[in-house]
Amino acid sequence: MARARYFIIWKELDPQRRRGFQIFSFIIPLAIWSLVSYCPAVWHPMMKVSDPGDITHFTADALIEKGAFYRENARAAEERRRPAQGVPANPVYLPAPHEVAASFYKAFVTPPRLPDEPWLHQSLWHSIKVIVWGFLISSVIAVPLGILCGTYKIFSYLTEPFVEFYRYLPAPAFGALSVAVLGIYDGPKVAIIVIGTFFQQVLMISTTTQRLDPALLEAAQTLGARGLKLFTRVVIPGILPDVYRDMRILLGWAWTYLIVAEVMGKSTGITWFINQQAKYRIYDNVYAAIIMIGIIGITTDVFLAWLGSELFVWKSRKKSALSRLRTVYTSSAAKSEIVQVTHDHA
Amino acid sequence: MTTHEVALPSYLEQSPEVRDRFRRIAERPVVLKVNRLGKTFDGVKERIQALRDISFQVRRREFISVIGPSGCGKSTLIRILAGLEEQTAGEILLDDREVTGPGRDRGMVFQGYTLFPWLTVLKNVMFGLELSGATNGIVGVSAEQEARGWIEMVGLEAFADAYPHELSGGMKQRVAIARALANRPRILLMDEPFGALDAQTRCKMQSYLLQIWKNVDVTIIFITHDLDEAIYLSDRIVVLKANPGEVQEVIEVPVEHPRTPEQFLSREFLAVKKRLEELIHPSKEAADMLPIIRMTQVDDDVY
Repeated sequence: MARARYFIIWKELDPQRRRGFQIFSFIIPLAIWSLVSYCPAVWHPMMKVSDPGDITHFTADALIEKGAFYRENARAAEERRRPAQGVPANPVYLPAPHEVAASFYKAFVTPPRLPDEPWLHQSLWHSIKVIVWGFLISSVIAVPLGILCGTYKIFSYLTEPFVEFYRYLPAPAFGALSVAVLGIYDGPKVAIIVIGTFFQQVLMISTTTQRLDPALLEAAQTLGARGLKLFTRVVIPGILPDVYRDMRILLGWAWTYLIVAEVMGKSTGITWFINQQAKYRIYDNVYAAIIMIGIIGITTDVFLAWLGSELFVWKSRKKSALSRLRTVYTSSAAKSEIVQVTHDHA
Repeated sequence: MTTHEVALPSYLEQSPEVRDRFRRIAERPVVLKVNRLGKTFDGVKERIQALRDISFQVRRREFISVIGPSGCGKSTLIRILAGLEEQTAGEILLDDREVTGPGRDRGMVFQGYTLFPWLTVLKNVMFGLELSGATNGIVGVSAEQEARGWIEMVGLEAFADAYPHELSGGMKQRVAIARALANRPRILLMDEPFGALDAQTRCKMQSYLLQIWKNVDVTIIFITHDLDEAIYLSDRIVVLKANPGEVQEVIEVPVEHPRTPEQFLSREFLAVKKRLEELIHPSKEAADMLPIIRMTQVDDDVY
């Protein structure tokens, strides 16, 4: 019985279970990662040398492929030299969770190798600036244009066919061109994010605008609204929460263009940091940086979702403390009203 | 069945009080004149005539219902009156002026809930007042005060700051009525406004509407497919027939005012209902019989 409850289509789980499963969604990948990292029987294709013995080309802490390690030891045994000692280990590109966790702190306090290179927090800030600029520039044009396309057919026919075509062109394809036009610094990076976001944005906002309930427009017309008033008083407020939701989704997409964008011209930001650390083979820092992008992304989105529910109270199902109070008050008023009506009929 | 067996008076018979009332209505000025109104749609293969030669007049503070079988174009008719659709023939005169397009002189209450979800009840009712920038010429009364008055009239003052999603269906329609009336329209058009409500709420809303109509200077055109509702509310009922939509008869309802739910079983009420049944569902035979083969045991009869 209890198990069957989970397999009713669209049936919501009780809050406690829901929270449990949500936490579990993070625990599952972490558990798999830990299993592979801490349980030598699962993978561990390398040997980490603890004592090189008499094998001259082994050094302490070196990672040697298991086959090679045993081959060398066997040869050493034949030649009556002292064999090397080692423990099974994973390749350098798969650090254990605790190493990555440690480098979350380490990466921030480790000074850059060259004096003119940025610290990690500077790289992150650089990335955020590129995203914000790209997204802002795109939104300033795409949102009004999208709303116009969704409202007036003339804008739709003038814009959408070309936009439909253009959105199939991958943004990174404009990399070389944008470097040629905008130089090697932040210009081309912002441009890639704008190109990647803009065309989707126009279409998405336009579609959202068209989904406005036409009955609301008709009701407004019978109340005397027409022309521009209809647009500013009904269309704009009616679509605002959905446009806001679109923007949240699009901001997520903008992040996906960041990594390609940041290798245009002079590599900068979090991408530069990741590539640099990979070059030094400090893979725990690489993982830490990637996870950091995720954390920034999800924190922003959770914040924006919360902000949205505060901005558009009329849309959200949850009630503010104030309106809950009001319901208690009015339900007692409604009861007395029913009594009054039945009294009238009697 | 029973209505056919009980001896009922003719629906044309009127008591002296009722006859007197209709005589007084006839002395009032005509607010709305519909002249030979027609509407054709371009269908896939042919032109479809939805309405043909619709003509009737509505006098000040009359309550007129429009009733008819589904597909008779009653919704199209009221949408044309509201200016939301354009007729292909004929004309509509409001106070002897031809009307085109929607306007604040013809308020409308829709079947679906059309309150602006982003506005509170108060702001919804203020919508029209704010647009016109006027408070119907009453000096010293702000749009908000006036809106509060209308909200009070529909008994929702406790909900003035609530958003539409916090209201029940019946409450939403009461706000919609207040919102339309706040504009002081010459005529209030209602397109099956209680169609989506449950039977009990609908009954309550009908009684509210009668009270509002009694106390507010407004003329009402009410679309419905519910015969009882039409008889209970109206002075006159315009009966349409389908394919094409034409006026079949305009019935003066001989039920006395003030109306109460007890009158549902009065002889006059049933007489009108019988007539409406005859007009709207003329022959119930062959057309309504389903070609069902028997799928029960021989001796297992329900009647």
